Amino acid sequence: MSSATKRIITAKVNGAELTLAIDNRMTLLQALRDAAGLTGTKEGCLTGDCGACSVLMNGRVVDSCLVMAAEAEDAELTTVEGLADGTHLHPLQQRFLERAALQCGICTPGLLVAAKSLLDRNPNPTDHEIRYWLAGNLCRCTGYKQIIEAVQDAATDMRAGK
Amino acid sequence: MEPFSHPNHGKYKVIGTRPIRHDGEDKVTGRALYGADVSFPDLLHGFVLRSPHAHARIRKLDTSKAEALPGVFAVTTAVDLPRLDDKIVSSGEGMENQKYLSDHILASDKALFIGHPIAAVAATDPWIAQEAVALIEVEYEVLDQVTDPDKAMADGAPLLHEKMTTTILGQKEAKPSNICNHTRFECGDLEAGFAEADLVFDREFRTRTVHQGYVEPHTATALARSDGQVTVWSSTQGPFRTREQVAAVLKRDLSKIRVIPMEIGGGFGGKIPVYLEPLAVLLSEKSGRPVKLVMSRADVFQASGPAPAAVSKLKLGFKSDGTITAGKVWMAYEAGAFPGTWGSTGALCVLAPYRVPHALVDVYDVLTNTPKVAAYRAPSSPQALFGVESIMDEAAQELGLDPIDLRLKNGAVEGDSRVDGQKWSRIGFLETLDAAKNSPHYKSPPPSGPNQARATSIGYWFNAGMQSSATVGINMDGTASVVTGSVDIGGSRASMAIMAAETLGLSAEEVRPVVGDTESIGHTDVTAGSRTTFATGYAVYMAATEALEKMRPRVAKLWDCPVEEVNFEEGAFRHAKGKHDPMTVREVAPKLPMTGGPVQGQSSVQPKQVGASFAVDIADIEVDPETGKVTILRYTVVQDVGTAIHPAYVEGQMIGGTVQGIGWALNEEYVRDEEGRMINTGFLDYRVPTALDAPDIETIMVEVPNPGHPYGVRGVGETTVVPPLSTLHNAIARATGVRIRNLPMSPPRVQAALAEQTARPVPASD
Amino acid sequence: MKPLEFSAPSSLDDALQQLSALGGEAGILAGGTDLIIQHRAGVRTFGHMLDIKGIPELNVLEYSDGGGLRLGAAVACAVLGEFEPARKHYPGLVEGAELIGSTQIQNRASVGGNLCNGSPAADSVCSLIVLDAVCVVAGPKGTREVAARDFMTGPGATVLKQGELLVEIRVPPPPPRSASAYLRFIPRNEMDIAVAGVAVNLTLAEDGETVASAAVALAAVAPTPLVVDAAAKALLGSKLEEGALEAAAQASRDAATPITDVRGTAEYRRHLAGVLTRRTARIAAERIQQG
Repeated sequence: MSSATKRIITAKVNGAELTLAIDNRMTLLQALRDAAGLTGTKEGCLTGDCGACSVLMNGRVVDSCLVMAAEAEDAELTTVEGLADGTHLHPLQQRFLERAALQCGICTPGLLVAAKSLLDRNPNPTDHEIRYWLAGNLCRCTGYKQIIEAVQDAATDMRAGK
Repeated sequence: MEPFSHPNHGKYKVIGTRPIRHDGEDKVTGRALYGADVSFPDLLHGFVLRSPHAHARIRKLDTSKAEALPGVFAVTTAVDLPRLDDKIVSSGEGMENQKYLSDHILASDKALFIGHPIAAVAATDPWIAQEAVALIEVEYEVLDQVTDPDKAMADGAPLLHEKMTTTILGQKEAKPSNICNHTRFECGDLEAGFAEADLVFDREFRTRTVHQGYVEPHTATALARSDGQVTVWSSTQGPFRTREQVAAVLKRDLSKIRVIPMEIGGGFGGKIPVYLEPLAVLLSEKSGRPVKLVMSRADVFQASGPAPAAVSKLKLGFKSDGTITAGKVWMAYEAGAFPGTWGSTGALCVLAPYRVPHALVDVYDVLTNTPKVAAYRAPSSPQALFGVESIMDEAAQELGLDPIDLRLKNGAVEGDSRVDGQKWSRIGFLETLDAAKNSPHYKSPPPSGPNQARATSIGYWFNAGMQSSATVGINMDGTASVVTGSVDIGGSRASMAIMAAETLGLSAEEVRPVVGDTESIGHTDVTAGSRTTFATGYAVYMAATEALEKMRPRVAKLWDCPVEEVNFEEGAFRHAKGKHDPMTVREVAPKLPMTGGPVQGQSSVQPKQVGASFAVDIADIEVDPETGKVTILRYTVVQDVGTAIHPAYVEGQMIGGTVQGIGWALNEEYVRDEEGRMINTGFLDYRVPTALDAPDIETIMVEVPNPGHPYGVRGVGETTVVPPLSTLHNAIARATGVRIRNLPMSPPRVQAALAEQTARPVPASD
Repeated sequence: MKPLEFSAPSSLDDALQQLSALGGEAGILAGGTDLIIQHRAGVRTFGHMLDIKGIPELNVLEYSDGGGLRLGAAVACAVLGEFEPARKHYPGLVEGAELIGSTQIQNRASVGGNLCNGSPAADSVCSLIVLDAVCVVAGPKGTREVAARDFMTGPGATVLKQGELLVEIRVPPPPPRSASAYLRFIPRNEMDIAVAGVAVNLTLAEDGETVASAAVALAAVAPTPLVVDAAAKALLGSKLEEGALEAAAQASRDAATPITDVRGTAEYRRHLAGVLTRRTARIAAERIQQG
């Protein structure tokens, strides 16, 4: 049964096709968390100021709290759950752990996704470029230093083909 | 308890290494479950109706239309809460009067702050819940409101709790007022002290309300059953404390309530009080289904517990050689809508770092029509030390002394008395000052360009002990598990594994740390007060030691020798006369079933010899005089950390606290309009530092082991939020000649202060 | 939030037809970084969200030396920023567009949306104004053109009538020896809304020093982006000496009619209008001189 205010959407999420029933009022964040059960992406502010809800949408990092669920039709999405290759962690994930770049961890999924989008475009960023790119991801615990170090380590890994 | 000696300090096998935290993989893959991630097929969504007025009498409350809306399964108001007695109870980190607890959860006759919960609903989807709340009819009689602590103290200020009178120095005042607490300490002879002084500073300072700014909003889910058994899933800093509060508000036995702490997205003290849990329980009881409530970001700012604004009037006297002779302190802290006692903590902190032979300290907690304040990292210390450290810097300038030397001269050491009469135990203040003085940063040439300067300042927090429990279970293969009740906000469970591993002679990877809930471990107080690695670590050590003690007779049985000949040393059981090869825990464990059965150690502690932690900051800055913007060129934090169990996480606490302090100093504040409404209720205009604002921060760890802990642990988490307020204030003063005694030192304030100075030249000494 | 209908037309005609039928019930979705927030807060209420990002005309992004820049209304700021001809020929515009929010916001927000949201603090609009940009608006009666400087009429208000849709923004090709710049002041280093902003477009004479033409527009200090002809006049014929810069700064301070709000006091904004006018003019000139 379809209605004008609800719909079925199909999107490619973390490489697999996902079909979801959504209310048009839902944001992509709600669709991922509540409809798809992918709770890795977090809610922090719902106004695009904290980046905790960051996902990759068609190759670009966006705040999923400011994307309507309906817009995800035919989109290609990557969430934190899609970063690892099976049990093989992405270099960013591995380096975040090694550098203690997370304390409470609530900002970590958004940061990992945003950092991945940076390294996909700019494999050799300066510290300033990393800080500028990640300015939309608030972290209240770490003070950012270890995060920047982890991103640099991961960049080195990725340049070396790891 | 005998003080611990630390012969192995610096030579530990596991302590001081940097293993990957055990919960790390789940956190980087999105598998870790935080409070809002809980779900059920029959979950209902809760929504809260909050007062739009800062101060109002509730004349009428009609929820019938909300209850009738299809999709609404429950509505709750204050009539559902039992009346509580006028009784002082423990509040997790202090004491409070429980009769105010229920009014805080749901307003009964008065709304006392904007955001004060009036009612809550549970519905099948969040949009219906929101619509239902809009259908609740409330008739308010709006009253005059007051949001500034000093205005609230004045005669004729609107009274929040009409019948509340203050106890001043043991006497109950006759007239009701908004002063809910007054703390006084005195020592020596103040007049004589000031008479001895060659130089006296009399200054006033002001800080504004700020928020802890954790990225995860408050959330609670509850499931009530017909037999009265309730489960609550919450992002809380302490499941036992949450359970106590819920039980107190709802008048239940503790055994009827199970609190399961989910992973938590930051707390900093703000997730100790309960806000949503009792509402979730009531709604679940009325609907028969699980109910989830999540605060919006605006609700977090307006209706959780920020850190108090404060006014301080400080007078300090110095001899010309820099010795402090006397100190007079008057402070008023914002309490918010319900009584609290953070001011008394401020009274303990304000002069504590120094030897002040003659002092008078008066600190007031004042009710205001703002949300009830809660702890925020070293609560009350930043507000108190901001002013003191400003005066110390002025004195150093005036007397021509190196600012670190001035602190060295007056800095407290073991045995010195504080104004409350307590004496310092072993602390590392002087060592930390020395390390700062000898740091690469301090030794480098200070910045010399226009509007550039270097400054330094200090901070401290006395840390807490309180209660913790732990069990250490020996697995059949000799690996181990350690279960504690301490919520892991910043990597503490890895430290528990490290301390257990060190004790048992295992590696950190061989020990599995578990955070239990209220049904699976003994009473444990909150993860706060920088107490977790200290007190819960203490319990872990004791539990691991008990496990080893239980294994000794087993080894004796295997070796067929008296138990006195078996000792655990250097990671293995050894025979006193070397007659048998040593056996590790891994080798003993498989033999446990045949020598008497499984082994587990357990411990519940309340360690008293807590170690305070001091920090010294050095900042190089540049001020843009045209815009008032401050750029930090270089920043170093030096802290006495006792023993760094996991150095990467200790560094993380140092840096994280410093960046919060920088935000507090330069940009963060609650902006309120004439009706007391906060107008910057989001992360857009409540400006916490982004990655581009936070400078790179150099950390220097000084280790002066605390004799009160088996591994020398001092709490480290909180101290570093304190120094940046005064360090940046001092640096701005040295760069521009202007002391901005009003936080935050945001660009418009700096620019206005500089413009005023240019217009009115400042005399050589002010 | 009442139940919501949603559609994503793939042609301009279809979009206009739907807009016409929906009247005030339509919320036009481009990047959504303002609309979705306003909708959730109940500041904007509508029953139908119309996603215009699939319309080819709104995604045009072209540059020619003869025709200048054609910027579709739905083109995201990040996409504009990656367009080399835009970076080269309209640095002030790209600068402004790239200041809006974070990386995440940049990947969704559009200059078109920045214009239509109607905030006087919009970071991309002052550059459009000083570059003499023209807005192409489609409606039930056909297409019309509105100068960028006339597009906003008050806080949150534009010239768009019900049923109309901003299709594209056209920016004329820059004359030789000219450059634009945009500078704003914010308390942090990122993420804030401008307390004050200034866009300057300069053309230098053949001597490479004398200002042959100038345009100055201010953000966040008036109900709409504010063109300050007097500031431009003060720079005209000068070599950006101290006297000329101060006169321009004073003109900006005099023209500004800022309010006091959560982001700044009126006095501070007025002061910044002057400071930023000087700094931005210098940046524009240096850009030209550095080729």
